[in-house]
Amino acid sequence: MKKNKITLTENRTAFAEGMRDGIPIGLGYLAVAFSLGVAAKRAGLTAFQGFLASLLNNASAGEYAGFTVIASDAGYLEMALMTLVANARYLLMSCALSQRFAPSTRLIHRLALGYDVTDELFGITIARPGVLNPWYTYGAILIAIPCWSCGTALGVIAGNILPLRAVSALSVALYGMFIAIIIPPAKKNRVVAVFVALSFLASFGAARLPYLAQLSAGTRTILLTVVLSALAAALFPVTPNET
Amino acid sequence: MTHNIYIYLAIMAAVTYIIRVLPLTLIRRQIKNRFLQSFLYYVPYVTLAVMTFPAIVDATQSPAAGAVALAIGIFAAWKGAGLFPVSVMCCAVVFILELFLVR
Repeated sequence: MKKNKITLTENRTAFAEGMRDGIPIGLGYLAVAFSLGVAAKRAGLTAFQGFLASLLNNASAGEYAGFTVIASDAGYLEMALMTLVANARYLLMSCALSQRFAPSTRLIHRLALGYDVTDELFGITIARPGVLNPWYTYGAILIAIPCWSCGTALGVIAGNILPLRAVSALSVALYGMFIAIIIPPAKKNRVVAVFVALSFLASFGAARLPYLAQLSAGTRTILLTVVLSALAAALFPVTPNET
Repeated sequence: MTHNIYIYLAIMAAVTYIIRVLPLTLIRRQIKNRFLQSFLYYVPYVTLAVMTFPAIVDATQSPAAGAVALAIGIFAAWKGAGLFPVSVMCCAVVFILELFLVR
């Protein structure tokens, strides 16, 4: 009984912390979703359909890819394949997350967390030490998802009301968060630091080089992630207590 | 328009959810293989780094503002600033710099 109470308090604290960390994510989402809404409108979606797409997908690159499929009126199979490729990195992220669940975690939590494995929520979830507490992520989701889906609807309705200056400044909120997630471990672990630097270089190169630059950003992300992480794992395997 | 937008949306949502939920539900035990373990340990940092640069430079109206935001963000995070402060700092840097760089 007493143990239950402690867990309840822990969950409540984790939920509150998740909501706090969800604020920068929500702000970033609002900006990104807004520009996504502009793309949705071009593809012929109504504000409600844009809202629904974002509520059900929570994936910037995946949704953008989907909207291009809708815009070209391509087949349903192509939609499925496009979504698969654009979102394949979430498969890797979910594999990584699965290792951080306590083995006893109930199915309902696994199903619920699967609703919203995004770059950002994955980042802050994995950045917390120890066993994964899904309540932390739920807190962040509660803030992030309304921003994401309403931002998309707003983008459809009023694509060009927000001044460009504000959109430009808001658009780096997400990246600022990524930086805050990867730098502390890089400071502690020299291998991580080297591979963060290598990732920057490789990503820059891939975005500018012929052939590679023609791939979608999502595909490039998958390729580079697999290659660089495999390289790091082969050259510098971690000891179990590090992970 | 011969295709139904709601069917498109349902397909998108289903595929995306399956990708995310399968590993979470099917992988129930700790992976023992050292290579796989190490691989999954490095994945998050590499993915996030790959997605940050050069995207941060391309996201802003002025690439220079994005680059300075990246540098200041790294510096602040290195000095121990958390998610929200680093985020806000990056936004502020871009906003202020673009007052001068973009007309």
